[in-house]
Amino acid sequence: MTIQEVEQARFKSPFYPRQAELDRLNRWHEWKGYSSADGFFDTTLEYFAIRNSTGVFDLTPMTKYRITGPDSLEFLNRLVTRDMRKIKPGRVAYAVWCDDEGQVIDDGTIFHLREGEYRLCSQERHMAWLQAAAIGMDVSIVDETHDIAALAIQGPTSFSILQKMDLDGLENLKMFGLTHFDFKGTELMVSRTGFTGDLGYEVWLSPDKAEAFWDALFAAGKFHGIRAMGTDALEQSRIEAGYIAAYVDFLPANVTVRSGRSRSPLELGLDWLVDFKKPNFNGRRALAKEKREGSTWRLVKLDIEGNKPAHHSYIYAKSGGRKKEVGFITSAAWSPVCKQNIAIGTVRTPHGKVGDKLHVEVFYQREMHWSRLMAEATVVDKPFWDPPRRRATPPGPY
Amino acid sequence: MSERYDAIVVGAGHNGLVCASLLAKAGKKVLVLEANDQVGGAAVSRSFAEGYSVSACAHLLYQLQPQVKKDLGLKFDLAADRIGTVALATDGNHVRLNGDEIFGVSDEDAASYKDFRRRMTRFADLLKTFLNKSPPRLGKDASKADLFTLAQLGFDLRRLGKTEMRQFLRLIGINIFDELEERFQNPVLKGALSVDAVLGTHLGPRSPNTILTYLYRLAGSHGTLSMPAGGMGTVSNALAQSARDNGATIRTGMRVKKIVIENGRAAGVETEDGESFSSWLVVSNADPKSTIMDLVSARNVETGFTHRVHHMRCKGNAAKLHLALDGLPDINGIDKREYGDRFLIAPDHKYVERAFNHAKYGETSSNPILEITFPSFRDTTLAPTGKHVMSAIVQYAPYDLKEGWSDKTRDAFTEVAIDKLAEYAPDIRSRITATEMLTPADIEQQFNITGGHWHHGELTLDQFLFTRPVGGAAQYAMPLDGLYLCGAGAHPGGGVSGAAGRNAARSILKREKTA
Repeated sequence: MTIQEVEQARFKSPFYPRQAELDRLNRWHEWKGYSSADGFFDTTLEYFAIRNSTGVFDLTPMTKYRITGPDSLEFLNRLVTRDMRKIKPGRVAYAVWCDDEGQVIDDGTIFHLREGEYRLCSQERHMAWLQAAAIGMDVSIVDETHDIAALAIQGPTSFSILQKMDLDGLENLKMFGLTHFDFKGTELMVSRTGFTGDLGYEVWLSPDKAEAFWDALFAAGKFHGIRAMGTDALEQSRIEAGYIAAYVDFLPANVTVRSGRSRSPLELGLDWLVDFKKPNFNGRRALAKEKREGSTWRLVKLDIEGNKPAHHSYIYAKSGGRKKEVGFITSAAWSPVCKQNIAIGTVRTPHGKVGDKLHVEVFYQREMHWSRLMAEATVVDKPFWDPPRRRATPPGPY
Repeated sequence: MSERYDAIVVGAGHNGLVCASLLAKAGKKVLVLEANDQVGGAAVSRSFAEGYSVSACAHLLYQLQPQVKKDLGLKFDLAADRIGTVALATDGNHVRLNGDEIFGVSDEDAASYKDFRRRMTRFADLLKTFLNKSPPRLGKDASKADLFTLAQLGFDLRRLGKTEMRQFLRLIGINIFDELEERFQNPVLKGALSVDAVLGTHLGPRSPNTILTYLYRLAGSHGTLSMPAGGMGTVSNALAQSARDNGATIRTGMRVKKIVIENGRAAGVETEDGESFSSWLVVSNADPKSTIMDLVSARNVETGFTHRVHHMRCKGNAAKLHLALDGLPDINGIDKREYGDRFLIAPDHKYVERAFNHAKYGETSSNPILEITFPSFRDTTLAPTGKHVMSAIVQYAPYDLKEGWSDKTRDAFTEVAIDKLAEYAPDIRSRITATEMLTPADIEQQFNITGGHWHHGELTLDQFLFTRPVGGAAQYAMPLDGLYLCGAGAHPGGGVSGAAGRNAARSILKREKTA
């Protein structure tokens, strides 16, 4: 009897053939219908590529919506909590959007491609919600996830590599800026954005030129330490950058069942994204109330003593000589580049003010046996990793 | 600077007038703005041919809540009270109903009918206590008063006794067809009871929760029918007079174009003529859909809420037929003395369901059901001496007609209705001197009701009580400070009952006090 291999019902990114050639681990997971690699060769080396040279991550499965029409600005301004009127063409905005109760549905980036023409990118799919928000507006929302191939090119040498590809004027591109180039007769959009907290770019182009672009990119990066990377390395770097992830550090409000399991932007430390001065936006009423009456939760970045990552740990605060459980860790890692034991967690207010000393209960395993330790954790304000090269314009040659 | 009021009521439908009158009575400076030249919304009397007038939409009064009459000290004359019902049979063996009395059926059916009536009126009384209260808020926003109301509702329900409570819970969600099939033999009786369950809805007797709609109809005066002298406009005029007496200003011919929103709260209204009025309290008697989508604009409210309002089912299915007659037609087997009664054309319950089948697919019924009255028989002011008017509800005529409503499709359906009448009253055609047919599209356009639906929104369990019109807006307050609903789209629903207007006013006054 022969066992027939059944092909998995997954989309393959237009970069898949090139990625498959580099793949030594055969570790793929599903991301919104696509095959996405955990890693290709060695996830630690891939991580170090981000920090010391350049890592290339396939962003194609990222949800992408093209938003156009006379009311596109008004629509986005109604959808997200920040003031989109301030985002001019050629700029990119990080934004969150909330349900009626002011609870975060997802976060993402909005690219103002050209006057009145936008691209909304997020981890999750949101067509139904976007359609609901568009009722009564003249706006077109098209899912272009499959029509746009995208790569994140992240790391100190990323600028040098792209410059070698004759992208004239790239040196003037500031953080959260975007610009258009020609690549073999097709439009190549380059934005200075990323999820790693380092110097880096994201590139967007038609899938039929994806392999050609990959080849040109890797040829240009040959002597700049370019390396394909997977989700594991990205995850490590995003924790260092202090970015939050849906389903990890918060649950999209539309998937929570129990009350109190969703989070508002104020509770996620994103108050700077909520603009009460702009016209009505979704969740405004509830958020204004929360602002007046206070939030329940607070997202904290923690610098923890020791070197054992505090995965899923409880967070304790001392009150009256007794330790009281006040929250839990959602993301944790040992950061090789910072030489720090770092974590992102959620605690009940009023705990978790910057500078507060909390305690985390770390469980770790040595040869099957579990051990437990209490480690002091300091609430920090800034991202753990935020090098000056990230925003230097023009970026330095590395 | 525009003129400032304590409250502005958008639309002078009967509920808007009840609400305005009660707010004015509580000392508020109230302005009512009505788009049409007449007050009353769909509860108006108007002339449709020289010398002939008729209640334009609602033509029988059976739901006006005693509390409304009492609170406002409402007085008006009735042209007829305790109007009987004659369910017409093709073979002339008509069934006659009036209150608990029934004639023309077997002894078993008569006994079963008495039992049916006893149970239904008992349940209707329970429902009535629900209808005259703001539905309690549930979940984390529930106040002590909400919990108390909820407990009271539970207690009232339990007080029915174990068996009856079970029956109530069994019946409230099911269709009337099955219940009638279990109880009765006589097809004409089953047809007549089906009609009362489905009039004014997009439901057939086999649709779920048609027992609820039947109970809703009984939840005023147990279904006792009356006719105000001068038509339904008399009720509205009495309400308008009560509002004026209490100090409210009513201005007709003023179409509100938008509800002004400032800093996330209602701040006044602007009319189509460019006049604006300020008030921190805007009460909309318009249906929920046009209130939110047109007057407030979807972008001023939350997405989830907009979505729910957008998907409210509110497409009407009842047409209204008015005939000017040069004399009473001869109806087979009907004595001339009985013309003050209500006649139903629905020879059996399957006929009603079959009539509804067409509506599911965007067609008008080829054999429609009719509820017919001759208002001029008791009220001679409605027609020239010796002449008569006929007012009938004809179902089903779906708002979403496949071919679209036009003069042609309206005329075609008028012919179908008159042909059906002629089966029972053969000389009807020779008596007609003028005809008016109002389709749901006409009702939408002439009375400013989205979808032309009696109830401003289908009366089904998912759009009832806590979730009427939609979740998050059940206590008359919209999710915008200072904006309220007081029309049929709000709890409990349509019909000339005044309950929505009264509950809204009470809810507003209570909130104002605590704010």
